[in-house]
Amino acid sequence: MSADTDSVPDVMGLDHTTVTGWGRTAPTAARLIRPQTYEEAAAAVRDCGARGGIPRGLGRAYGDAAQNAGGSVLDMTGLDRVHAIDADGGTVLCDAGVSLHRLMEVLLPLGWFVPVTPGTRYVTVGGAIGADIHGKNHHVSGSFSRHVLAFELLTADGGIRTVIPGTPLFDATAGGMGLTGVILTATIRLQPVETSLMSVDTERATDLDDLMARLAATDHRYRYSVAWIDLLARGAATGRAVLTRGDHAPLDALPARLRRDPLSFRTSRFPSAPSVLPEGLLTRTTVGLFNELWYRKAPRARSGQLQRISAFFHPLDGVPHWNRVYGRSGFVQYQFVVGYGQEDALRRIVRRISERRCPSFLAVLKRFGESDAGWLSFPVPGWTLALDIPAGLPGLGAFLDELDEEVATAGGRVYLAKDARLRPELLAAMYPRLDEFRALRAELDPQRVFTSDLSRRLGL
Amino acid sequence: MKDAFGLPQSLLVLGGTSEIGLATARRLIARRTRTVWLAGRPSPALEEAAGQLRGLGADVHTVAFDALDPTCHEAVLGKVFAEGDIDMVLLAFGLLGDQAHDEREPEAAVRVAQTNYTGAVSAGLVCARALQSQGHGSLVVMSSVAGERARRANFIYGSSKAGLDAFAQGLGDALHGTGVHVMVVRPGFVRTRMTAGLPEAPLATTPEAVATAVELGLRRRSETVWVPGALRVVMSALRHLPRGMFRRLPI
Repeated sequence: MSADTDSVPDVMGLDHTTVTGWGRTAPTAARLIRPQTYEEAAAAVRDCGARGGIPRGLGRAYGDAAQNAGGSVLDMTGLDRVHAIDADGGTVLCDAGVSLHRLMEVLLPLGWFVPVTPGTRYVTVGGAIGADIHGKNHHVSGSFSRHVLAFELLTADGGIRTVIPGTPLFDATAGGMGLTGVILTATIRLQPVETSLMSVDTERATDLDDLMARLAATDHRYRYSVAWIDLLARGAATGRAVLTRGDHAPLDALPARLRRDPLSFRTSRFPSAPSVLPEGLLTRTTVGLFNELWYRKAPRARSGQLQRISAFFHPLDGVPHWNRVYGRSGFVQYQFVVGYGQEDALRRIVRRISERRCPSFLAVLKRFGESDAGWLSFPVPGWTLALDIPAGLPGLGAFLDELDEEVATAGGRVYLAKDARLRPELLAAMYPRLDEFRALRAELDPQRVFTSDLSRRLGL
Repeated sequence: MKDAFGLPQSLLVLGGTSEIGLATARRLIARRTRTVWLAGRPSPALEEAAGQLRGLGADVHTVAFDALDPTCHEAVLGKVFAEGDIDMVLLAFGLLGDQAHDEREPEAAVRVAQTNYTGAVSAGLVCARALQSQGHGSLVVMSSVAGERARRANFIYGSSKAGLDAFAQGLGDALHGTGVHVMVVRPGFVRTRMTAGLPEAPLATTPEAVATAVELGLRRRSETVWVPGALRVVMSALRHLPRGMFRRLPI
C-alpha cells in the first residue's frame, strides 16, 4: 500500500483512513480493507455498506479513482500471487494485486516482458486493466487490455465471473475504473525479449512542428516511442523536445561482458523523498532551469545506446514518493488526446500552456495507435500530451477548464485515471460510449455497490 | 465531491441571506457548484436570494432553519444531508447586535450570544457528524477578528465570536484525519447590511473579497484564513499589547 493513506486512531467512533491518489489532492476518509483471499474479497464486497466500495491497487492513479469517501476501499495488494507462467507460449496467470514490478522480476529471467508498461512499474495488474493503461508502445501494441486473454471479476452480486475479450463486460471493465467489480486474477499475453536491456535512440527536436514531424515520420520504426517536451520554452523554441525511442536490445547487440547474464533485471533506487517538503519548490525558475539542463544534456542525435528497463521506462520509480516534491497542495496531471487531423488544436494548447508558464517538468507527447474495445478506455488514434502541474498554481482550475473545452471541441478526451477536476458536463462528449457503460452498470450493480469519489464527482 | 482544487459541487449555506454567504455561493457556482441549499428563517429575502443563485445556473433549495432553535437542527439539517452529499457547509449566520443597547438589555445580548455561539455549536456539531459519515467535505466557519481580542466597543459580539472561533478550532482538530476539513475564516470589517452606518475600521473589506479568500483557503486546505491577509499580522500585534495600552487605543 502506498504511503498516501494516513491512518488515524478512532475519532468520534469511526475507524477510517484518509486516502488520496498519487497527486495527493482531495483526501477523503474510507474504511481500508486488505483482503488476503478471494473469500475475504467477496466478504468485503458483501459488507461494504451503504456508501459502497472500490478496489485499489498501488495508488498510482493521480486523482480520486481509487478513493471512496465514507465507504470501503479494497486494497488489493494482499492478493499478489503469480499462479502460472507458460514459458513456452508466453502467458501468465496471476492475481490482480501483483505489480508489474513483480511480474518483471519473475518474467525477465525467462525471456518475457510485460506487454505494456506505463511510466511506473508500481501499478497492479488489476489497476492496469481498470485504467486500461498504455505505454510507449501504444502505437504498435495498443493498450493493456489488448493483451488480456481473460480475467475473473467479482461482481456486486457476490459472484465471480470469468470474462473474456469480445464481451460487453470485458469492454466495460477495461478502462472502467473498477466500477464493474473487483478483478481477482488475469491471464496476460507476454512480450518475448532476448535481453533485459533497451537499445535507445535519442534525438532533439527544436520546436513543436519539428517534433511532430519527426514523430510522424519515423515512429513506425520503433516499438517504443515518447518525447519529453519543454513546456516552459517560449517563442521559436515552443515545444522543443527530446525524443527517446527504442526497442528491446537483441542479444547480439550486447557487449561480451553483458552477454553472460543478459536477462537480469536491475533497478536503482535512491533514498525516498522526505515526507515533509516545503511548498513552492517547483517554480517557473527551478523548473525552467531543470528543463533547460535536461534539454541541453540530451544528445542532438545518438543511436543504439543500451539502457536498463528501469532507466528507459521508469526513471521516476528510482525516487520513492517523488510525488511529495509538490508539497502539501499536491499536483494535478493533465493528459488529453486529440485525433490525427487535429494538430492545430494540439498546437494551440501547447502554445497556451507555454504562454501561461506552467511549471511542468514531466510533460510528454506521444502518438497513439489504434484504440481498443474498452468503452471508457482512454487511447484513441492521435496525439496525447501529459503534463504535471502543482495544484497550488493560481487560476489553474479555470485554465484547465479552458483546455478541456479545446480538447472536447477537437473531439478529444482527458484520461480518467489522471483526472481530479474535470467538469462532469463534458464527460459524455469525451466518452461517447458512456451511456452503454452506465446502462451496463445499472443492470449489473443496481445498488451501486461499486462507487468511487471519481464516479460520484463525474456521475459515471 | 470536491475537485483537486477543493472546489465543492454542492454547498449548504447556514444563514441563507448572509451577504458573505451569498457572495461565496456566487463565486463557487461560477466554478463547480451545481447544488446549493440556503438555510435560514423563511422570508422573502431568502427566496429572493435563492432566485438570484438560480439565475446563475445552480439548482437551489431553501430550507427553514433557525439558529436560535437548536432542538430542530438535527432534523432540519439531517434532511438536507439525506438528499445527497454536501461537499461544503458554510456556517455564515450571525448577529452583530447593538453594543450600547445590549449592555442595557441583557436579553438582547443573550440573543447575540445564542445565535453566534450556541446556535453555531449545535449546527456545527450536527454538520460535522454528517460530514464525517460521508467521509469528506469542508466546514467553513465565519468567525471574526472581533473574537481575537475583545474590545470595549463590541465585546458582546466579540466574545460570542471568540467562543465560536475556539469551538471551530477544536472541532477542526477533532476531525483531523476523518476526511473532513474545518476552516476558520476571520474577516475584519466587512461592508454589509450588518455594518451599515458603523464607522469603517482600517483594512475594511467586502463580501466578495471574503469569498475569494474562502476559495483560496479551500484550494490550500487552510485551517485559518484572515481577510484581508494583513490582519493576521495586525491582530497578532494587537493581541500582545498590554491591557492598559490596548484599552486606550481608539478602536
